[in-house]
Amino acid sequence: MNPLDLARWQFASTSIYHFLFVPVTIGLAFLVALLQTAWYRNGDDTYRRLARFFGSLLLINVAVGVVTGLIQEFEFGMNWSAYSRLVGNVFGGPLAMEGLVAFFLESTFLGIWIFGWNRLSKKAHLACIWLVAAGTMLSAAFIMAANSWMQHPVGYTTNNSTHQPQLNNIWALFTNPVFLWGYTHVVVASLVTGAAIMLGVSAWHLYRKNQVDAFRRTAVISMVVLLPTVAFNLFVGSELGVVEGKYQPMKIAAAEALWTTCPSHCSFSLFQIGGGKNDETPTQILEVPDLLSILATNHVDGEVQGLNNLNAQYQKEYGPGNYIPNVFIQYWSMRVMAYLGTLVFLFALWGAWLLYRHKLDRARWFLRIAPWVVILPFLINTAGWMLTENGRQPWIVQGLMLTKNGVSSSVSATDLWISLVVFYLIYAVLGVSAAWLMIRYGRRSIGDDPLAKLTSEGEGGPGSTGRPGGTGTTSSTDAELGSSHEDEDEFALVY
Amino acid sequence: MGGFNLGDLWFVIAAIFWAGFFVLEGFDFGVGMLHSFIGRNDLERRVVLNTVGPVWDGNEVWLIVAGAVIFAAFPGWYATMFSSLYLALVLVLAALMARGVSFEYQRKFDDPRWRSSWRWAMTVGSALIPLLLGVGLGDLLHGLPINSSHNFTGSFLDLLTPFGLWSGLTLLVLSLLMGATYLTLKTTGELHERAQKASAVIGAVAILVTFGFMTWIHVGLSTGFVPKPIEALGLMAVIGAAWAASAKAEGWAFTAAAIGMAGTVGALFSELYPRVMISSTSAAYNLTIANSASPSYTLKVMTVVAVIFFPIVLVYQAWGYHVFRKRLSVPRVGGDESEDAAPPTGTTTTADAS
Repeated sequence: MNPLDLARWQFASTSIYHFLFVPVTIGLAFLVALLQTAWYRNGDDTYRRLARFFGSLLLINVAVGVVTGLIQEFEFGMNWSAYSRLVGNVFGGPLAMEGLVAFFLESTFLGIWIFGWNRLSKKAHLACIWLVAAGTMLSAAFIMAANSWMQHPVGYTTNNSTHQPQLNNIWALFTNPVFLWGYTHVVVASLVTGAAIMLGVSAWHLYRKNQVDAFRRTAVISMVVLLPTVAFNLFVGSELGVVEGKYQPMKIAAAEALWTTCPSHCSFSLFQIGGGKNDETPTQILEVPDLLSILATNHVDGEVQGLNNLNAQYQKEYGPGNYIPNVFIQYWSMRVMAYLGTLVFLFALWGAWLLYRHKLDRARWFLRIAPWVVILPFLINTAGWMLTENGRQPWIVQGLMLTKNGVSSSVSATDLWISLVVFYLIYAVLGVSAAWLMIRYGRRSIGDDPLAKLTSEGEGGPGSTGRPGGTGTTSSTDAELGSSHEDEDEFALVY
Repeated sequence: MGGFNLGDLWFVIAAIFWAGFFVLEGFDFGVGMLHSFIGRNDLERRVVLNTVGPVWDGNEVWLIVAGAVIFAAFPGWYATMFSSLYLALVLVLAALMARGVSFEYQRKFDDPRWRSSWRWAMTVGSALIPLLLGVGLGDLLHGLPINSSHNFTGSFLDLLTPFGLWSGLTLLVLSLLMGATYLTLKTTGELHERAQKASAVIGAVAILVTFGFMTWIHVGLSTGFVPKPIEALGLMAVIGAAWAASAKAEGWAFTAAAIGMAGTVGALFSELYPRVMISSTSAAYNLTIANSASPSYTLKVMTVVAVIFFPIVLVYQAWGYHVFRKRLSVPRVGGDESEDAAPPTGTTTTADAS
């Protein structure tokens, strides 16, 4: 592989990996804040324990999300220095603001929240977790503004002598239609992800009749968040498709494997066979009339441009070359995202029906399946980003710079191989550790402390708080509320 | 030279963020390195790490912002610096990841091998980061092979300039000094005693390397014999910190060490000005504020954002330090390890009880 391919491979891997953790952070921070608010409002200690329980899952994720985000930032300069040099004055702005406005907020208050349970007033401590939740969502806003600029550059002029794009309107970046829809899509998808995790964990416990009273509550809360968010996101996603169809018609044409322009009433194929790079006549199966026109233009008789026509236009505008992204990836990432999204929606409807009939905590099949549904948002999120980023190719900034021109010329294939191997090794270790810890912590009972041994040696729970003291050992199966081990965990050890 | 312009302002802001990063994260790097040695069992090591537990993440954001400030305000500098220092930064990133995750994961599972793996990730990672970033910053001033299109033309070995390595060593030792003096402020009992001893020894070493560093800038890099005020201040502060550490004036020792760190990083940047990255190939290829800064609109926008948000950040970070200002003690285990750490109320969460 040449340096360009390696650099692309590395960035794609980092982004996909990073975005496994980001939505969990955004989603769970919000849900934990909700739980803690419930505790603050009615003083029921179960909510405090639940907030801590899901808070520990949040922390496992944040740790990896933060460090992989740092890699992404560095990679712009390391692997894509020509890109950074050309557009840093536009693209770097939102990144710096992200750090200054959002990361500081998120990280500082997360630290205070973790260690502040017994040191702050209830109100101040609650404010901390809400500031963390706000920080995660703000940070997504800045990075999405930067990314949307790559999809649809706005708010700049081109310098006459250097041909460099120069920022001239910062507000344009935050009113970019691609940003407004894309950001909404990402944040709502994160809430879906967080809710699916909370539901899956709650269902795992309810199925085993463990701490039914507590996990029934989180099952209900997560259902209340899941159903509307997943429904809303199907709508937002399709609107985003319309917006992108307007600014990046190639992206939509490739997602449909539509080689020649369809003048009106374009149908949507549910599946196709073939349709790889040079296969312009794939066998399309189960075509839904008019659906493509609706998805791409919001009108049943809208015109959808084909790849070949667009390519000819682009060649006229930007010079000779192939401007068609990888059609296979585009076609299938779109379908994986949309179909699995619909599946989550149907599952949420099922859950809502059970909830309505007051059977959610006893529906064996639903509870058995819910932990597996947790996998779906991750697949959907990944497919969504592949759709977005692959569809932008061969541009690194749509219409302004080709990806192949953005790579660092001073970085050799050897350098890239070394970094790729180092990062992959670390990703593997971190991924396995994080997943293993998530499962381990997800399965314990609330109020349980897996570090009970250390804690119970050190103390019997802080007496000053007046909550039930430690019973010495802990069992994750029979620990019911009230009799469970005190969860004043390692944090209380010293603060 | 014209008057002071926005480019100069952002150079100063970049320097403040790098110096701020080394001051704040410097002591948690120090704590990370020392926790393996000052803490002698899991519990003690956990107590040592928890002295920075609530704040290290916020400190690390200073690095993210320091990088992003250069990206936004000096895209040309960002591009050349990050692609030149490629393999060094790969290691920095690896160390940052291993260390950052270690804070959270080390305590999550009680198994000797799990604990010791993450412990060494913390110890080695905390050492590598200031060392390698110090090499990188030193190289900016020493000069690297950079051609007319501002691309690096050397290899990894070219990054290991003697001055760069010495800069890395200096920042490493100053991080240790900050970490040790910080621990004298934040611990009690045996941990406190060990931290005191460590800070006195490290202080003596710190004087030597810092003196070497300042001398090298002036004699080795022939920037003239008269040190800038910031350099004199940095060196005096390190000497003061070492003296205060041996005299057990803990608050002064930490404060002076912080000033020493800021002065050392500040020295690099003040010697660079108005250049941002020196080309050893030809002075004509140097990256300067003028040839790498963003256009003024971007700098104006950034200035507005910084003026509004930076003070707010400082206030809430300071509040965070205020909340966790108390010393930490080792909870009594079996009752014999830390008599003087046990608080009068009988609970073992000292800080909480007081």
